[in-house]
Amino acid sequence: MSTNVIAIEGFPGTGRLWTETLHEWVTTVDHKKLGMMYILYALVFLVIAGIEAMIIRIQLMHSHNNFVSPQVFNRMFTMHGTTMIFFVAMPILFGFANYLIPLMIGARDMAFPRLNAFSFWLTALGGFLLYFSFLGGSGLYGAGNAPDVGWWAYAPLTAKAFSPGHSSDYWTIALLVSGFGSIGTAINIIATVLCMRCPGMHLGRMPLFVWLNLVMSGMILIAVTPLSAAQIMLLVDRYLGGHFFDTQAGGSATLWMHFFWIFGHPEVYVLILPTFAFISEIVPVFSRKPIFGYPVMVGATVFIGFVSMSVWAHHMFTIGMNSYANSFFTITSMAVGIPTGIKIFNWLGTMWGGRIRFQTPMLFCVGFLFQFLIAGLTGIMLACSPFDWQLSSSYFVVAHFHYVIVGGILFALFAAFYYWYPKMTGRMLSERLGKWHFWLFVIGFHVTFDVMHIPGILGMPRRIYTYEPGRGWDTLNLIVTIGAVIQAAAILVFVWNLVSSYWKGRLAGNDPWDAWTLEWSVVSPPPAYNFATVPAVASRRPLWDLKHPEDPDSRYE
Amino acid sequence: MAQPATSPLSSTSIFSPTTTPARTIFGLSMFVLAITGFIFCFVASLLVYCLVKFRGCPSDAAREPAQVYGSTQIELAWTVIPVLIVIVLFMATARVIHAVQDAPKPSAALDVTVIGHQFWWEFRYPQLGIVTANEMHIPVSDPAHPTPTFLKLLSADTDHSFWVPELGGKTDLIPNRVNQMWIDPARPGIYVGQCAQYCGTQHAKMLLRVSVDRPDDFDAWVRAQRQAAVQDPKVIAGKRVFETTSCINCHAVSGTAADGRFGPDLAHLMSRRTIASGAAENTSANLRTWIRNPDAIKPGSLMPAMKLSDADLDALTAYLETLR
Repeated sequence: MSTNVIAIEGFPGTGRLWTETLHEWVTTVDHKKLGMMYILYALVFLVIAGIEAMIIRIQLMHSHNNFVSPQVFNRMFTMHGTTMIFFVAMPILFGFANYLIPLMIGARDMAFPRLNAFSFWLTALGGFLLYFSFLGGSGLYGAGNAPDVGWWAYAPLTAKAFSPGHSSDYWTIALLVSGFGSIGTAINIIATVLCMRCPGMHLGRMPLFVWLNLVMSGMILIAVTPLSAAQIMLLVDRYLGGHFFDTQAGGSATLWMHFFWIFGHPEVYVLILPTFAFISEIVPVFSRKPIFGYPVMVGATVFIGFVSMSVWAHHMFTIGMNSYANSFFTITSMAVGIPTGIKIFNWLGTMWGGRIRFQTPMLFCVGFLFQFLIAGLTGIMLACSPFDWQLSSSYFVVAHFHYVIVGGILFALFAAFYYWYPKMTGRMLSERLGKWHFWLFVIGFHVTFDVMHIPGILGMPRRIYTYEPGRGWDTLNLIVTIGAVIQAAAILVFVWNLVSSYWKGRLAGNDPWDAWTLEWSVVSPPPAYNFATVPAVASRRPLWDLKHPEDPDSRYE
Repeated sequence: MAQPATSPLSSTSIFSPTTTPARTIFGLSMFVLAITGFIFCFVASLLVYCLVKFRGCPSDAAREPAQVYGSTQIELAWTVIPVLIVIVLFMATARVIHAVQDAPKPSAALDVTVIGHQFWWEFRYPQLGIVTANEMHIPVSDPAHPTPTFLKLLSADTDHSFWVPELGGKTDLIPNRVNQMWIDPARPGIYVGQCAQYCGTQHAKMLLRVSVDRPDDFDAWVRAQRQAAVQDPKVIAGKRVFETTSCINCHAVSGTAADGRFGPDLAHLMSRRTIASGAAENTSANLRTWIRNPDAIKPGSLMPAMKLSDADLDALTAYLETLR
């Protein structure tokens, strides 16, 4: 890039053709631009998958509803789940990691900028392929349709006999392609963190954000590869006459389950670790204290990384494993609760004795802590395999993992948006709209997902397009749907805040939150290549040292 | 339009167990709920206390609080206590897993083979030579002289899951795999549940009923089911329609040419209270609708619309209604 480009860094500038701007964004290898593209891309899919969720909720509003046909309903929950996991949660977290890691470790870009761009465009292609299936994935009747096999796509539903046409192929290839994108990003993050740190920043001085994303990337390498292998095997089954999962030819349905969940469960931690990363940065700044027990936090993270590789079959307690296997996966799943509990206590320890500022990022962190606690405890119930024989595949499970993904991951993401938006755009998000967003979303969330546990206890299975009256499920489902509407309203407030603050928000300056990590030492938005001179650090909180030369952290490390 | 089935049924709550496995699971569930409830109260109170006690006020915004970096003793405490809790929970769980899964099969046990189909249930009683669909009959089990029922779970096509919450946890039916579960309901009644593993378009209406009968009632049901299908000369026209159309490709009726196995056995169709796997009550009008246009009751089911003339339809319905 020429110096000229650096000078007019940023957004559609004055006096430039829009095609120049477009060209710049499409061909960019800058980690910040790619990060923002990941985030924008994910936000678009968040809205699409949110609309799918609303269709699901309207259909389930009362028993024997006919808002959509069973075929459409099955496509909606398949697309909702697949989109939210692979094309919302993963890319949005990659976006923040891409944007922030080089800034936090004092680097000028990721280790492999071209691989970074390539990974983004692979992920993008995956999402477009998945949605092209609505037009191109000919189904039973030759017209286009989307996959309807559920986001786990259990064999043999994906076999040619049960899934004619090409909708399952779009699902398979979309995930295969975006999986390669994820692996590329993971390699890039690992290389960046290990090789690009600025002078003085040894591993023990990295912000926890960076540590958590490092562990997350290691997990992606281990977890996404079996998924990719399984997708290739499924393609071999469907096109080359293989019989890995084709039960009518002696294939194994449980083999697919193992492949899928040995990806699927670590995937949960792949999503939750980066959100722990947000919380571990935001809670200390808004409590005005350093993170409590930094070495223990790092240790707990690595422990979660290892243990989460040995818990996958707790998704399969009902498939008839023997009592030893069920016991093994019970104890490993419960053991995950230990490092996770340590993390919650350490965040509490960070707040203890602090001076907590309740600005919007912190509000979302508090929501996260409260909801993640509940999600963890319902997780313990599900880890208890006999209890799971009753709860598995019921709405209790749906409520549990939405508690993790919405109550945990999404709340932490909102905190991250309010916290880093000023850095990315140079302008603050509106606090007033932020509070509206927070309270509406908290109310909507609890009305939806607290209540959703109960139909599960009352025997309502998931993935049913309608249900019988007289089972005590009607009123509960209506309340859940009302909650979903409130959440949708909150999302609209959020999107409006993002858009309007971009032009009208208060100017942020370099360091609006009085924070301590390196990204706040540069101007907002940061210039191309981030640092004019590479910084050197002497502690975990380089900006604290600068602001408090009389009492620097470096004295205690 | 189809009338929904509305006879007095059990609840589907997992917290009203009626069998030994279900009660054992329920006991463990309450124990786990109590422990997690206690943890919740403890940690949530700490959080609330923290938020209230340490909220910053604008007056001291300029001052920073004491910078504390950690404490090994405290970290150790909140590591060891969760470890102990996990050990206790695991021990309690492992006992229940063993008690439910590894229970020996008494000689008085009844065997039922459950076969999941898209989107209905087939029940075969190998000891009794009975084949039926969607409504399973089993004897009540007296706790003094238990007569449990052992289910062998198979699938003809995709994955399904057998779940009647009051009778116990769910177990999947997976092609190329033999699974097993057992139940010993202590109370007679009709217990409802449904398929709990997504199996295709009509997963939602793959409903399940288990009739737990008193010993006399069960014996009477067995006797009736073991008889050959009724041959009533009054409905010979309907029987001819049945035997000369594609009905016989999928359905079986003993004593006729029909021996298909894709659909439910119809030899004693009228002994069942529902049709279409519980999607509609077994009435004359519903039967007729079901044959003429199955999508009106269960869109996406694998039963084809038979496209019969009105006269043939009436005759066929009349014939089916004699199959008691």
